[in-house]
Amino acid sequence: MSDHHDHHHGHDHHDHSHPPGQKHPFQADVDDTLTYPRRMEIALRELLIEKGILTADEIRAAIEDMDSRSPAGGAKVVARAWVDPEFKAALLEDANAACTRLGFDMSIRELKLVAVENTPEVHNIVVCTLCSCYPRALLGLPPAWYKSFAYRSRVVNEPRAVLAEFGTTLPDNTVVRVHDSTADLRYLVLPMRPANTEGMSEEQLAALVTRDCMIGVSAARSAGA
Amino acid sequence: MNPQFQPGDKVRVRKIDAPGHIRTPYYIRGHEGVVERFCGYFKNPEELAYFRPGTPLKALYRIRFVQAQVWPQYIGPKSDTLDIDIYEHWLEAASEARP
Repeated sequence: MSDHHDHHHGHDHHDHSHPPGQKHPFQADVDDTLTYPRRMEIALRELLIEKGILTADEIRAAIEDMDSRSPAGGAKVVARAWVDPEFKAALLEDANAACTRLGFDMSIRELKLVAVENTPEVHNIVVCTLCSCYPRALLGLPPAWYKSFAYRSRVVNEPRAVLAEFGTTLPDNTVVRVHDSTADLRYLVLPMRPANTEGMSEEQLAALVTRDCMIGVSAARSAGA
Repeated sequence: MNPQFQPGDKVRVRKIDAPGHIRTPYYIRGHEGVVERFCGYFKNPEELAYFRPGTPLKALYRIRFVQAQVWPQYIGPKSDTLDIDIYEHWLEAASEARP
């Protein structure tokens, strides 16, 4: 293919213009600029491989493992806690041990996971004001907004306003508890089980558990929504 | 090795400027809170960041602060809290009045 022109014209969403003399604009390459951090990463990676400390395949496998983790992992944990009171107690007591029991590899960087439970009395919400600490073993990579300066600086200072922007308005008699995960602990919010879900299976319940409700910026999906 | 503080103890975050990979947010330095729980012993991240062994291990606590005390202009009920993980060497007992 000579011009990357692999879609049909005339479709509904053709809202870009073509520069004169060019049939179609090219998408910019993702790796177009060799920035300082990129150069450092490449140099470090090549040295580690050259010195026999890591192999290219081990690095690839670590990236693959990280990319395979997603909020579906956390959702499975939450759904189990909703249906199994004994598991829920174990999760709140020692989240690493409870999640390992469910088959998750929690050994990444020896971090300690803490589950905090939302109730009608207390609503938990998680941030890392210093960087982007996040329970990656269970949720995968954090969303861009979680790492943004705006979220990190505002949620510790005006959490109710931030929650409202996410569509979550809480009454004054619900305590809003912000967790600034600054050190070696990672926080997972255990959201409240939605109403009218008594007859649902664990798999159906897991589908109600979103990434955002495990960060604490929203409630779980309601049944039938 | 025993943790210096117990759940319920009143503590104050040391108000010092320190360079490096500090895990105590600037905004909370000098503020008083209550020990919510002892979280265990961890290698000191302020040392690990510079390729040092990070020993002796440091006691880590979850400290609970009252939002309305941290931010005088806080909008929300006085019961709202902010929980932060803070290492023992950043804490001092706060049984007496603020200096």
